[in-house]
Formats: sequence, C-alpha cells, structure tokens
Amino acid sequence: MGSTTANQNNMLRVPGKAMEPKPKTAIQALTFPSVKREAVGPGLRVADRAFRCAMLACALSVLAIVAFILIELILQSRLSLHAFGWNFFTHQAWDPVAGDFGALPFIYGTLVSSLVALAISVPLALGLAVYITEMCPCWLRGILAFTSDLLAAIPSVIYGLWAIFVLVPLLRNYVEPWLATTMGWTGLFTGAPYGIGMLAAGVILSIMVIPIISSITREVLTAVPRQQREAALALGATRWEMIRIGVLRNARAGIMGAIILGLGRALGETMAVTMVIGNRPEIAKSLFAPGYTMASVIANEFTEATGDLYLSALVEIGLALLLLTLVVNALARLLVWSVTRGMPASTHAQ
Amino acid sequence: MPNNARSKLFGWKRAVVDRLATAGAVFAAVLVIVPLLAIFVYLVARGAGALSWSFLTNAPKPVGETGGGIGNAMAGSALILGISCLIGVPLGIGAGIYLAEYGRGKTALLVRFIADVLNGVPSIVMGMAVYALVVLQQKHFSALAGGLALGVMMIPTVTRATEEMLLMVPRSIREAALGLGVAEWRTVLSVSLRTALPGVITGIMLAFARVAGETAPLLFTAFGNQFWNWNLNQPTAALPLQIYTYAISPYDEWHQQAWAGALVLIVTIVGTVAIVRLVANRGVMKGTS
Repeated sequence: MGSTTANQNNMLRVPGKAMEPKPKTAIQALTFPSVKREAVGPGLRVADRAFRCAMLACALSVLAIVAFILIELILQSRLSLHAFGWNFFTHQAWDPVAGDFGALPFIYGTLVSSLVALAISVPLALGLAVYITEMCPCWLRGILAFTSDLLAAIPSVIYGLWAIFVLVPLLRNYVEPWLATTMGWTGLFTGAPYGIGMLAAGVILSIMVIPIISSITREVLTAVPRQQREAALALGATRWEMIRIGVLRNARAGIMGAIILGLGRALGETMAVTMVIGNRPEIAKSLFAPGYTMASVIANEFTEATGDLYLSALVEIGLALLLLTLVVNALARLLVWSVTRGMPASTHAQ
Repeated sequence: MPNNARSKLFGWKRAVVDRLATAGAVFAAVLVIVPLLAIFVYLVARGAGALSWSFLTNAPKPVGETGGGIGNAMAGSALILGISCLIGVPLGIGAGIYLAEYGRGKTALLVRFIADVLNGVPSIVMGMAVYALVVLQQKHFSALAGGLALGVMMIPTVTRATEEMLLMVPRSIREAALGLGVAEWRTVLSVSLRTALPGVITGIMLAFARVAGETAPLLFTAFGNQFWNWNLNQPTAALPLQIYTYAISPYDEWHQQAWAGALVLIVTIVGTVAIVRLVANRGVMKGTS
C-alpha cells in the first residue's frame, strides 16, 4: 500500500524522467526465456530453470501461507459457526460457563475504540504532515520526520506500559472529570472516571496511529508538483490558501488512503489496548466505561479457554477480525484508485 | 469605495485564517512530539534505576526476592528472532526476486496483492493460526512456533524491499553480465542482488525491528517461561512477553522491572532503526524510500 504511493511519488516528482524507460518495463523487456542460448550447455539451462522454480516457490509460499491461515481459522471455528450461525455477530451475551457466545460487544469495542482513535489522530497527523512538508524550517524537517518515524517503531507493549502508568492516571485525575463537567450532556462522557476504559484505549491507539497516517500523508504531499504551489502563490493566495487549494486538494486521494490504512492498523492492534481498555464485554454509551475488543478478548482468553466451543468462538472472532481488516485494506486501495481516476472533483461529479 | 472596503475586510479575514491554520499545524506538531518525548523520558527515568549487570543476566525471581532479571527473556528473544529470520529472510528475498526478475502476468499480480494482505493480517490472528497449525499438533508451546509466527510476519516487508531495490538496479548491468555469458541465475544472484544488497539489508532490518517488539503473536506460541531454556521445542521466554507479564502484575518491584525491560527493548529497536536511517542517509541507496 505504502509503496504504491511511493511509486506514484517517484513518477510525479521527476516528470523529466518519464523519458527513460520505467524500471518495471525495463525488466519486462529483459525477457529471459526468449534469450536464445544454444552456445551454453544444457546443464546451465537446467540450473536456470531450477533457480527460477525455486524463486517461484518462494513467491507461491506467500499465497500458501495466507490460504493456510484462512483454512485453519475456518476449520477451527466450524463448531461455533454451526452452533450460532450469523446470530453470533448480533448476540450480546458472552458467558463461557453457560456456553453462550456472541461477538457484538467485541465488534462494538473494536469499532468504537478505532473511531475514537481516528477522531483524535487524523487532525493531528494531518497537521503534523502539513507542518513538516510546507511550513517548518529546513533544519527542523529532518528531526521532526525522524522523531515521528520513531513513534512508529515503539512496540505496542511499551505503549501499553506507558498508558497504564502515565496516561490512565492523567485521564482519571484531570481529563475525564473535565470532560464530564463540560461535555457530560452529550452522554458520551458520563459515569465514574476510572481512567481505564474506552477513552484510554482510543487515546493510546491514536498515538500509535499518528505516525502511520502522517508519514504516508507526508509522502503524498511531497509528491504534489511544485508548480501547483507556485501557481497558487502567484495568484495571490496566502500560505494556507496555497496549501488548501494547491496541495491538500491534489493529495486527498492519498490522504484518504493513509487514514484508512491507519484504521486498519487500529482495528488489529492488541497489546496496548488490552492493557487499558478494562476488558469487560459490555456495550456502554459512555466512553469512560470499560469495554473489550476483538483482538484483546483473544489475547486474554485464548490460552485459558476451556471447552471446544469456547475456543472455537474465539477463533471465529479472530476470523471476523481478519476479514474486517482485509475489507478495510481493500477499501483503502479501491478508494485511492477511484479518486485518482477522476482527478478533478467537478468532472468526477458529472 | 464599498468595493475597496470589502476587499480590505476580505484580506484581513484571509490573513487571520492563514495565521490560525499555521498555529494549528504547529500545535499539532508539538502535541505529537510530546508523547514521544514523554515515553522516552519515563522509560529512562523509571528504567535506568533498575538496570544492572545481574538484571541483564539473571532469570526472573519470585515476588519478594531481589535480583531477578531478564537474561532468559533476552536469550529467548534472540532464539525466537533467529528462527524467524531463518524463515522470513530467504522466503522474502526469494519472493522479491521472483516479482522483480520474472514477475509478469497474473501470478505476480496475485502474489503482490497477497503479500499486501499478509502485511495487513493482525498479529494476534497470526498467533492464532500458528497455534492451530503447530501448537495444537505438537500439544505444547515452543520457540519454534513463536519463530514461525514472527518469520511469516517478516516476509511481506522483506519481499517488498527486495523487489523495489532490484527494480532500481540499472538494466545495463544485467545486460553486461548476460552478454558475457554469465548464467541467468548467477546474474540475478551475484549481479542484481549484489548491487541491491544494501537496500535489501535495510528492508530486513526494518522487518526485524518491527517483529522484535511483537508480543501478541507470542502469547500462545512461545508462551513465555520463567526459567532458562535452550530447547527449541519448549515454551520460551521473550522480552516483550516478560514486559507484558510484569506490567499487568500488581507488584511495584515487577513494574520497575517492566520499565527496565522496556528500556532494553526500545534501545535495541531504536538502535536498529537509527542504523538503518544512518546507512540509508549515507547514500548507499540514495533516492530510495
């Protein structure tokens, strides 16, 4: 995903290079099999063929792995698939003792925590990307880009550790009481401020997702041709108008892709969320209340699951999570593709 | 002139909006950098105190006893990561070579797409699949299962890096080798791949850095262990797992150890990433992502 935008970047960044054959076509021109090689012995040709087959096997192993994951998950979850059918996804109960399982609280928790994360991270990530590419002095650019990339390299478990001991007390003592008094009327910020809960999960997820969104957005913004900016400035636009009209509007396809990619990451994130979300399979309107996500119920209960049906229900949640992330990632691609196809918004609407 | 006044007002508004937008962007940048600094400061402040030679070399001790460490977890992590590199690197490079050198037609498109899919598989689901595949068959957790889960997660990154780097190798170099009568496989290995090697190594190290901090896939594959273990077929400790266990425990001294362990882990990972950045900036593969 990221690399497809990178490829587009390279093409956009240096229009003069379009004269040279693109790398991919150059390789395609090098049609190895059509090279006549009567001069070399048959032994060499066998070696070539063997090498080629080995590389093909490596490539096919990727297909095999994904197929294996899918098949394995479907096989392991067939007990619960048979027992609950589609009701599994609309059923609220999660009672291992009675053998009554429904995935709705987990699906709800995954979606809500990810949406909270996006609501916080998208404006910040876009602001950071715009600042780095358009506004900041040159010497600061490298430093900022490096530090935001470092954020992406921090392991999930360390975010969780930090969240437990720093973020949660901060939310409990300052942020949540304040939100309750100022925004309590919305119904989203009511109840006892535990600190631990959906809001904490959303905040820590947003910190983890920001570097992904902002680094891809940065790539996309730098790909916008310089002439666009110069033209806007020459027409008398202020810097913000230049960014809005000249840069952001041209880059929105890539930005959308970046956001959805961030969503994909947030949906599957496990450790940090498990450590702060409170792990209670309930659906509550308030963001202060503890929740549970699909990934964290697997992390917590998979090794302790007694009984085949319990295990199978957990595997089915995993299968659903896998399919959900696949759909989201595919959507990101499709969206980028459709928007880049219809470049100007006006012609697109016709 | 009403027209003039109006345009003046308009200009004033535009200037304010411009300032506001700038302030917003600066604010966002500061707000993003703050948590990063906070995490690092906390890690060093809380973790450095517990760092000592015995912490790095001992196995964990029960609550109440002093002198426990993360030695076995570091060894276990090394073991698991070694296995994962053995699985992920050759398969990833092979798939990358296939895509770059022979990758035409539908097979290659499919492989590229599936590699992206594999990249998007949540790590916890990967752990589950390996559990079903290896742990259920063997009836016990093992370092091998953990290594397999992490190794598979490395493949897409390595594949992508290899493919991108190979595509940058100029066509003329390949033609020169082929023109001298060098066999095709030899050309690919000792000319194309050799030229692209720095970039490929960068990709491998990034994949390594990503996988080194993974906890979720190890929960039910390597499982963790309180003792030293060198047997590939036994449950094995790993640094991220140990940090997780310590972090969610109710004991203050274990929290202390979690911070120190996290400091060790982050130094390893950030060190790897920094080396990659440094080498990449040196211009070995300039112009690549």
